[in-house]
Amino acid sequence: MSETMDYLRSSPLLGVFLTLAGYRVGLEMKRLSRNHPLAQPVLVAIVVIGVAMWLLDIEYDEYLVGGSVIAFFLGPATVALAVPLHRQAHHLKELAVPMLIAIPVGAFVSIATGVLMVRVLGGGDVLERTMAAKSTTTPIAIAVTDHAGGNPSMVAVLTIVVGMLGAVLGPTVLTLLHIRDRRARGLALGAVSHGIGTSRALQEDPTEGAFSGLSMGLTALATSLLVPLLIHLLG
Amino acid sequence: MMWLLGCQLVGEVLVRSLDLPVPGPVVGMVILFALLQWRRPETGAGLLRISDRMLRHLQLLFIPPGVGIVAYLGAVRNDAVPITGALLVSWLAGLVAVALLVVLLTRRRSAS
Repeated sequence: MSETMDYLRSSPLLGVFLTLAGYRVGLEMKRLSRNHPLAQPVLVAIVVIGVAMWLLDIEYDEYLVGGSVIAFFLGPATVALAVPLHRQAHHLKELAVPMLIAIPVGAFVSIATGVLMVRVLGGGDVLERTMAAKSTTTPIAIAVTDHAGGNPSMVAVLTIVVGMLGAVLGPTVLTLLHIRDRRARGLALGAVSHGIGTSRALQEDPTEGAFSGLSMGLTALATSLLVPLLIHLLG
Repeated sequence: MMWLLGCQLVGEVLVRSLDLPVPGPVVGMVILFALLQWRRPETGAGLLRISDRMLRHLQLLFIPPGVGIVAYLGAVRNDAVPITGALLVSWLAGLVAVALLVVLLTRRRSAS
């Protein structure tokens, strides 16, 4: 038995299998809940894998022997985000000036308020560096946070939570603010709740979805550039 | 896939040799975006198909980094207040800032 476990701990097989199995359970939950924004496959998978690791007495490092095989594709997938951005780029002309001002300012506000709120509420330096990139799409947030000296695992979870917040509460908050312009609503949702907010925006209205997707891509760029700068300035 | 990895490779090399404060894959994304705008591949192109397929299962790819949170559960509990507070306030501030700015800027433009 212990020999078998030693094999499993050192082989990528177990980590890859657990990741795919956890994801599959997450997809099923999503389907059963009829795509409810709170049923995010990645969160379900984290719980499933966490429990499995506890039962099998596996450390995170041991899980990563296989997990890193899958995480490798995060790099090319980040590059692939250029494709939806390319498809939405024609919308850029419609609203170029407001968009090119509002999105960098929005990214600035998200990063600065995130860092400063952590400081005011007594979180540490690493948490400040982790909170900075939480509004952008998860693969970019992970890369940016890793670069900035934050906690990439934590930011992966924070971005999902912030996405769910946007999908559940975003449209209501915008309506309370009397924002009726579909383009403004989409841009705001994509800027703070990335892909998960975008899927909600798409359910509301196609224009809102398109602008949300565009906003998410531009916010990713703005966040990558602004996080190192702001951490330096506020540090 | 070759194009995606190629752009990432160029991005990583640029970041390291020029000491840029931006992650390599993000530079790779910008390079690919420029290539797409310039070459405008047709709808069925392999690059577009593999990209769509990868992005459909994007969540799968951040499970391994996400699972690491299990090792930090103690830290999350200790910092529950700054985490929740910063998350909510910063999310709301960003949402309101972008929405109001866009409305303001489009209004001014249509007025002029």
